[in-house]
Amino acid sequence: MKDTPLSNCERDFLLKAIEEKKRLDGRQTYDYRKMKITFGTDYGCCFVDLGKTRVMAQVSGELVAPKENRPNEGIMFFNIELSPMASPAFEQGRQSELSVKLNRQLERCLRNSKCIDTESLCVVSGEKVWQIRVDVHMLNHDGNLMDAASIAAITALCHFKRPDVSIQGDEVTVYSAEEREPIPLSIYHMPISVSFSFFQQGTYLLVDPCEREERVMDGLLMIAMNKHREICSIQSSGGIMLLKEQVMRCSKIASVKVSEITELISKALENDKRARKAGGRCGFAESMPQERITALKTDETSVEMTDASERANDIVENAEVPPQTVPSPVVPAPGVGQVGQGLQNTWGLEEEEEDGDEEEEEQKMEEEQDEKEDSREGDVVEISDSEEEEVVILHPETQDKSSKNAASSSNQKGAETSKQRQKK
Amino acid sequence: MMEVCGSTNVSLREFGCEQTLLSRPDGSASFVQGDTSVIAAVYGPAEVKVSKEIYDRATLEVLIQPKVGLPSVRERSQEQCVRETCEASLLLTLHPRSSLTLVLQLIHDDGSRLACFLNAACMALMDAGLPMSCLFCGVTCAINADSEIITDPTAAQEKESRALMTFAIDSKEQRVMMSYTKGSFSVHELQQCIAVSQKASENVFQFYRDSVRRRYSKNL
Repeated sequence: MKDTPLSNCERDFLLKAIEEKKRLDGRQTYDYRKMKITFGTDYGCCFVDLGKTRVMAQVSGELVAPKENRPNEGIMFFNIELSPMASPAFEQGRQSELSVKLNRQLERCLRNSKCIDTESLCVVSGEKVWQIRVDVHMLNHDGNLMDAASIAAITALCHFKRPDVSIQGDEVTVYSAEEREPIPLSIYHMPISVSFSFFQQGTYLLVDPCEREERVMDGLLMIAMNKHREICSIQSSGGIMLLKEQVMRCSKIASVKVSEITELISKALENDKRARKAGGRCGFAESMPQERITALKTDETSVEMTDASERANDIVENAEVPPQTVPSPVVPAPGVGQVGQGLQNTWGLEEEEEDGDEEEEEQKMEEEQDEKEDSREGDVVEISDSEEEEVVILHPETQDKSSKNAASSSNQKGAETSKQRQKK
Repeated sequence: MMEVCGSTNVSLREFGCEQTLLSRPDGSASFVQGDTSVIAAVYGPAEVKVSKEIYDRATLEVLIQPKVGLPSVRERSQEQCVRETCEASLLLTLHPRSSLTLVLQLIHDDGSRLACFLNAACMALMDAGLPMSCLFCGVTCAINADSEIITDPTAAQEKESRALMTFAIDSKEQRVMMSYTKGSFSVHELQQCIAVSQKASENVFQFYRDSVRRRYSKNL
């Protein structure tokens, strides 16, 4: 599906408005949109709403063998899915340029900054380590996917708890969540990316561009920082030339924004921890807003079942008797299974359709040889370019029988297929 | 949370739904059954690729995204079930040479997955305003080891069940549009489960009506 192209008047309007320091939604130049962070039912699931942009991150872990060059470190795997749900321009399965760019940026932001202690993920050095997988799904694209994705990813990692493991000699026991309390990951710092969009060759700058603004921007500067004012990653794309002062100014703005966002994340994590401790139900279901008219929730309902069983009985009694079903496979001799009785080939044509087990067929054919004898007389001639050549004769003593078999094995195969079709 | 058994007293978990929660898709809905939640989004009728166009009807594409990892064979088979149900109820001939895309994202799986997909799909199609000849809903029945019928099972109940069936029921005559079964059961049990699902679908359709009535009670 193609996305609707941006019209020239929209583009001119946006650029003109930016020159006059106005934004479509009335924000100031350095303002972020309203951010909301909620968590799912299980540990490691996090939703981030940045204005209308919605993103979901899920963290999962499993035990795998470590990489050869790093035997005592765990493995981190990041995956950003641009779901076709988020925008009509995203296609399923195709690695678009944007997808590659976002994946690479997220990897640099989280992996290269070493925010997670991978050595603590080691269980048995050289044999078993935890592979932590972060899947970020874009649900709605209204601009600034990178920031939303980075916030969702790091929050989900902070929220995630892996199962407890114990090692006794060579045995590794993984405890489920019910047996032992799961353990959170050890996270050193939280890198968060902040995006700056530039317009008119770097003259104007906007923080957190929405989708329309992204379409008209000249270039994008992404700075990933943590709250200790350490820059984890910087990326400038779009070919704009920035002055040193501009980049310094952006990094200062980024540090302010990052500390605000980090505080929001910590608050959200605290609230969730408290809610879970209080025993309430947490999850997407609970975070659904109730006061809106677009949302509705009902309680558990029981189903009126008064005449359901009578109805069912009626139907069964009035239904016609199903055809005689053959019971489970019959075993005429050890190593031979027979399902149903062979039927006459009704195709009128010898087609080799199955690559079945030649040996079994040979034996089966010997079994049903006599039954088949008569029916075979009036049957159609085999096609000579069938797979007869590959038929392996297993029992030399039944040479004559097998030659007859070869001649009519096509027949048999046809019969087998019709048998199988019947079984289906 | 869950319901009981037997053929006299079955119940459904609590439902929740939110419509138009995403701004980009033409129609979107989230559907929650107990802890199982799904988000559905519909785009359409829109431009279709020439290779996929059909001359007299719209081309419906269903995509199911799991939570972790890439879509696998299981998702493909569920996509087929959902697609066939939708094609049976949508009036596709009103939009020839167009494409309809339905994307379903699993948020949390606690049993009755396919039924939740079907319900979310129907609500999203309604939210998008696509013309349909009837509504449909999904109901899952499980037969546990004591041969009792459980509707809307949780993941734990599904694992212990002997048979698991999902039916798509239409709203006009409560007929079965699609069935997906796993496990072994007798003909009698099948008919009982169908009857139970038909009864349960009345609750689901009432919930659809209530949500839509609430949604359009004010002009937004």
